[in-house]
Amino acid sequence: MILAWLISLLLFASPAPAEPVQEESVDVAGIIFEHIGDEYEWHLLTWGDKHVVLHLPVIVHSSTGWHVFSSKRLEHGESYEGLKIDPEKGKIVEVDSGKRPFDISITKNVLALMMSSALLLLVILLTARWYRKHDVLNESPTGIAALMEPLVMMVHDMARENIGEEDYRRYSPFLCMAFLFILFNNFLGIMPFFPGGANLTGNIAITLVLALCTFFTVNLTGTKHYYKEIFNPDVPVFLKPIMPVIEVFSAFMKPVSLTIRLFANMLAGHIMILCMVCIIFIMAKYGAVLTGSMTVVSVLFGMFLDALECLVAFIQAYVFTMLSSIYIGLARAHGE
Amino acid sequence: MNLITPDTGLLFWMVVIFGLVFFLLWKFGFPVITDMVDKRNSTIEKSLKDAHEIEARMGQMVEEHARMLDEARKEQAQILRDATDTRNKILAEAKEQARAEADKILAEARTEIAAEKEAALRDVRKEVAVLSVSIAEKILQKELAKDQEQRDYIDRMVDETVREEAHS
Repeated sequence: MILAWLISLLLFASPAPAEPVQEESVDVAGIIFEHIGDEYEWHLLTWGDKHVVLHLPVIVHSSTGWHVFSSKRLEHGESYEGLKIDPEKGKIVEVDSGKRPFDISITKNVLALMMSSALLLLVILLTARWYRKHDVLNESPTGIAALMEPLVMMVHDMARENIGEEDYRRYSPFLCMAFLFILFNNFLGIMPFFPGGANLTGNIAITLVLALCTFFTVNLTGTKHYYKEIFNPDVPVFLKPIMPVIEVFSAFMKPVSLTIRLFANMLAGHIMILCMVCIIFIMAKYGAVLTGSMTVVSVLFGMFLDALECLVAFIQAYVFTMLSSIYIGLARAHGE
Repeated sequence: MNLITPDTGLLFWMVVIFGLVFFLLWKFGFPVITDMVDKRNSTIEKSLKDAHEIEARMGQMVEEHARMLDEARKEQAQILRDATDTRNKILAEAKEQARAEADKILAEARTEIAAEKEAALRDVRKEVAVLSVSIAEKILQKELAKDQEQRDYIDRMVDETVREEAHS
């Protein structure tokens, strides 16, 4: 596995030097934000002077109605059908007014989301198919079922522990889904090349939707006891007016903390690895000795950070699922 | 800041795609897997429990078996002892009976012998009487021939006898 990371690092690093060597200074922030941000095209590879770019469809509803076209028409600041990419924000705006249209383009992140979701769907349906076709009482799981069963059952057991024997089965699919979705996207995000490399779980829109799913699951299926604890807890009278405020605030802060935790962890990991890679190119103008030694250092650190990110990828998926199950468990509590 | 403002497009697609995938996996994915594995787990649990039960029952059966063997052995010994007793009793009885029979036979034989003896004695006595009478007759005939007196005596005797018979 370490070898695989090393190879992926080299793949990441090798095609890039063409650009920075020609320019005098390296735009580290630009490179990093290009990798962690969203784009209307997917920059797959630079080979010499050639850029291998996947142009993705733009779908917007501007003041002149719906527009669907390839993002190739907006390359290099060109405008098309009264739309252009704002160079500062990197988003499509209307040329005349500078306003943002309603934009549901298939961007890099959306495509990555589609691919990882398709992969997740495929993997789980294949696993489910294995269980339909085989007699579980006489066979131990093989192939994809053997791979996925421990993960699914880990979440399933976690749900049982935190939600309780009574109705954990209702919540287990959501928790499995959240866990595997985060896990898949985390690992795909660490992969430096297509079809990975998009910074999905380090994008706040993604983590926000995940956290909101947990929020709605918790608060729409809460028991009477849960709401009593929020609005009328057993506390001394002088605390009665304060407690509901605190409890409601905490109920809303839970998804916020879930959002920020996952988003910030994954984003920070990406930025750290990218910085390590960028060191090589920053040092390029300081002579062979310094460049060579710093390359060794940054490759070693990069390997370390990649390994760390693999750990973090799992831990963050686990933590998100664990906290979600605990929140659900609290909302399913029955009074003594 | 671009990073911390969620993008509407991505939000829209995330809701759609996540919702769709979640729906599909909820219907056809996770419950199939978890139900099957739960089923397997409960089967394993049940099998283990059954195995323990069977083990316990096996222990009981072994005990029972040993107990039955023991009992059978005891019974066998008892039967053997009874048989010996019965044999001894029968033998003793037979001996007793034989002795009694023998005694009876002896007693009978003795009485018979006694009877025979009596009969024989009676015969001998009769014989002796006849003999003695005939001898006496012969002697008397010889004596009577010698003298008249004796003839007179006989006549008298005969008379007396006749008289006695006439009287009676």
